[in-house]
Amino acid sequence: MDLEPHGGFILGAYAFTALVIGGLILHALRDARAQRRTLAAMQDERTDGPSGEPS
Amino acid sequence: MWTRLAHPGHFLRWTAPVMPWLAGLSAALLAYGLYLTWFVVPADYQQGETVRIMYIHVPAAWLGVFFYGSMALSAIGTLVWRHPLADVAQRAAAPIGAAFTLVCLVTGSLWGKPMWGTYWVWDARLTSMLILFLIYCGIIALWRTIEDPNRAARAIAILTLVGAVNLPIIKFSVNWWSTLHQPASILRMGGSTIDPSMLYPLLLMILAFTLLGITLHLQGMRTEILRRRVRVLTIREAEALDQGGARRPTPASSPVLDRAIPGL
Repeated sequence: MDLEPHGGFILGAYAFTALVIGGLILHALRDARAQRRTLAAMQDERTDGPSGEPS
Repeated sequence: MWTRLAHPGHFLRWTAPVMPWLAGLSAALLAYGLYLTWFVVPADYQQGETVRIMYIHVPAAWLGVFFYGSMALSAIGTLVWRHPLADVAQRAAAPIGAAFTLVCLVTGSLWGKPMWGTYWVWDARLTSMLILFLIYCGIIALWRTIEDPNRAARAIAILTLVGAVNLPIIKFSVNWWSTLHQPASILRMGGSTIDPSMLYPLLLMILAFTLLGITLHLQGMRTEILRRRVRVLTIREAEALDQGGARRPTPASSPVLDRAIPGL
């Protein structure tokens, strides 16, 4: 396939879209993992209590 | 049944097994759509190979409008029923809608330069899409500004509904004004003006983008629910510390906390 004379515009459009969608997916995964970890840590703390004893 | 499914706790439970299927289906459809776009769809007789930009530009434009529409519906849910999931849905939709609107604007510019000879014109369709992007940015900024989530939810719901006036302007701008942007070619009276060899791959890409957007939205909603739980627990912890630790905070999954913050 010959993309010329506008290959730069076509590839640029696809590259930008891939970058944005990739960013959205990556952010969604990292944010979810961070919230899950924080919540799990807080719940563990509550269950075990500060001295490690179940409350 | 709807109320039960929309309860944040139930929402987390029923979406958990659905997410991998949605993600897999989105990826498969996107891969097939891209294959058609790059290897099957013919070049346009006027636009040449540049027409391939349309297979990402049109779905992105659709999603930019679609997510704002869903935010407007959620805003009604927030203002009328004060449903906690409505605000969660709205908050999760804003960055996704903004991202796809940005993709639409940038890919449109990259198509415009070789086809129109310019990256940008202050044409009604382009300007109304830019306004949509700015409204998205304003909504996201407002969320970060107001600390109390209940106040933020109401203020943003009102702003979202005011901004919804822009949606029919986007749709009908090409009919109401003389614009450089082409008139509607898919959804129009008398049927589509696009040849089926190009139309069906385009519709497939629209479907693939929509599924991807919905998957990201559901994932964003799940994360937002967790974020709010973390916030509630943090507040409870701070309150317990204020009271000198006399009263221990209640675990997150307990009925007491569920009653304190409905649905979360």
